[in-house]
Amino acid sequence: MSYHNPPTPPRKSATFDDQTLAEIRRAAATGIYDIRGGGTKRKVPHFDDLLFLGASISRYPLEGYREKCDTSVVLGSRFAKKPITLKTPITIAGMSFGALSGNAKEALGRGATLAGTSTTTGDGGMTDEERGHSQTLVYQYLPSRYGMNPKDLRRADAIEVVVGQGAKPGGGGMLLGQKISDRVANMRNLPKGIDQRSACRHPDWTGPDDLEIKIMELREITDWEKPIYVKVGGARPYYDTALAVKAGADVVVLDGMQGGTAATQDVFIENVGMPTLACIRPAVQALQDLGMHRKVQLIISGGIRSGADVAKALALGADAVAIGTAALVAIGDNDPRWEDEYQKLGTTAGAYDDWHEGKDPAGITTQDPELAARLDPIVAGRRLANYLKVMTLEAQTIARACGKNHLHHLEPEDLCALTMEAAAMAQIPLAGTSWYPGKGGF
Amino acid sequence: MPVFDLSTTPLRELNSALHGLSAGANDTAFEVINPRGSHAVAVGIDAPVTVDIKGSVGYYCAGMNDGGNVTVHGSAGPGVAENMMSGSVVIEGDASQYAGATGRGGLLVIKGNAASRCGISMKGIDIVVHGNIGHMSAFMGQSGHLVVLGDAGDALGDSLYEAKLFVRGSVKSLGADCIEKEMRPEHIEKLSELLDMAGVRDVKPQEFKRYGSARKLYNFNIDNADAY
Repeated sequence: MSYHNPPTPPRKSATFDDQTLAEIRRAAATGIYDIRGGGTKRKVPHFDDLLFLGASISRYPLEGYREKCDTSVVLGSRFAKKPITLKTPITIAGMSFGALSGNAKEALGRGATLAGTSTTTGDGGMTDEERGHSQTLVYQYLPSRYGMNPKDLRRADAIEVVVGQGAKPGGGGMLLGQKISDRVANMRNLPKGIDQRSACRHPDWTGPDDLEIKIMELREITDWEKPIYVKVGGARPYYDTALAVKAGADVVVLDGMQGGTAATQDVFIENVGMPTLACIRPAVQALQDLGMHRKVQLIISGGIRSGADVAKALALGADAVAIGTAALVAIGDNDPRWEDEYQKLGTTAGAYDDWHEGKDPAGITTQDPELAARLDPIVAGRRLANYLKVMTLEAQTIARACGKNHLHHLEPEDLCALTMEAAAMAQIPLAGTSWYPGKGGF
Repeated sequence: MPVFDLSTTPLRELNSALHGLSAGANDTAFEVINPRGSHAVAVGIDAPVTVDIKGSVGYYCAGMNDGGNVTVHGSAGPGVAENMMSGSVVIEGDASQYAGATGRGGLLVIKGNAASRCGISMKGIDIVVHGNIGHMSAFMGQSGHLVVLGDAGDALGDSLYEAKLFVRGSVKSLGADCIEKEMRPEHIEKLSELLDMAGVRDVKPQEFKRYGSARKLYNFNIDNADAY
């Protein structure tokens, strides 16, 4: 009797998966690392791993559509003579003219203004379009100081000193030559068509003691009127928050690794920084330890997509959030209507991330006049406003279900965690228990 | 002449007065006494005023100056005249790190020495240093002129863009992509003009060497990776 050995199916390595193999081949063929836009694409513990408990016998809910649930937030109440009041705690994160088209920047300003929130400049300075169309505009003060001038500082509503961002804590940037149009080159005092490096650290200060003096200088120049934010990437949130407060910040902006960038090495985006979820509690703890929680406001960004994410960030102790990638999607980024063109670029709608190449079919991450003209800033602004309003309504819905008449009344006790990782990072009890990793008693 | 004694008057009052000048104001000559190393003295000027500071100052003196003429009769701490837009700043003594950082216009004259990173990321400012400058000066300098009558430290002009550097003495080393360049007639002319504006006499522009960008790192090329 013959003995038949059934064949086993081919088995691919979990370590050397298809994506990894393709990247090795790409690196071998080109000799250069992969550069792309966006934030991390790896799966990390996130707000999806938290749930709200809702009301029960011990907590009664508020009536939807009837009982008020306030969403307003005041930013910059610590030192600034003119703090900012927003109708919704969902702000638009810093994105540069240069990385984005003029129309895209205008759309962000229009959308934010319609929704009663702020938008933010980026590396490259302030354009008249975004100032004109943004009721509340935050001016980023970046290491490169491209386009930096005191007149724009004075016509801003707040100043954000950028120390780092979640996609690349410790990294600078590079705007490749193909996106350097005449206007972008002129705003940045550089020749057209050359790669523009954005420095990784500020040219005239190093460390928290210097930062304190720098903030004092900015306040003196603007006569102590403007709120001053300090933005950091998610690296050491407890100490960065504490040091920003010590340096005199009115607002701390904390950006986790899901936060996007216009262009950075993929290896940087995927391997440096911490998930947003892991950043919030240490930052809040630092504020509480200093007696500054709710006095210095905390803005969280990096992977905020829905009103549920907003509510969870606020429940963990944030005062507001910022969105970048989601705002771009709302105005048309990666829209399937351009699928044919994404295919020609070797990608597909939802995966397009070569923002640095300036060929964006949606006309958002480009300086090509023909592509940029595809984006109608009025229509796109309306879409963004709709999205912001939906997110705000969603957050209110959850807050009412938890019995809160202000989004800021959401608290950690309203949450439970689905995974051990999320429980540990957010210091929220695992669902059905009263325990999270790191908490004593077990 | 308005006189501000910083030993008895808060800094806020000085800067507020400088910012509050209306067009056509007569009292445009300010004097500051007892600065005692204060930071952010005379920052954010945006009018054609003159400010004489009788003593040494701390960080960011005359920061973002736009049209003022500021003289420090002493030495200056880090970041003097940072991001200057126009006007002039004169330091009678020495200047610390980052002098003239990111400046976009105007003239900065340092009659003593300047420490490291003088003219870092300069974007159009003209800087004349009578003495020596420290390491990494004009790092990523985009445009403008840096004139040094003495010596330059290590890594001068590292990752330089289009700023033009003139050094009369020795250069300890040049940074990535910075090279010595031919001194053409237009450079002699510009240098003469800058020396004249800075009050430098008895020094000929022909005594200087010019340094600028080799422009080899302007567009990223993997074959240049060893240069960084």
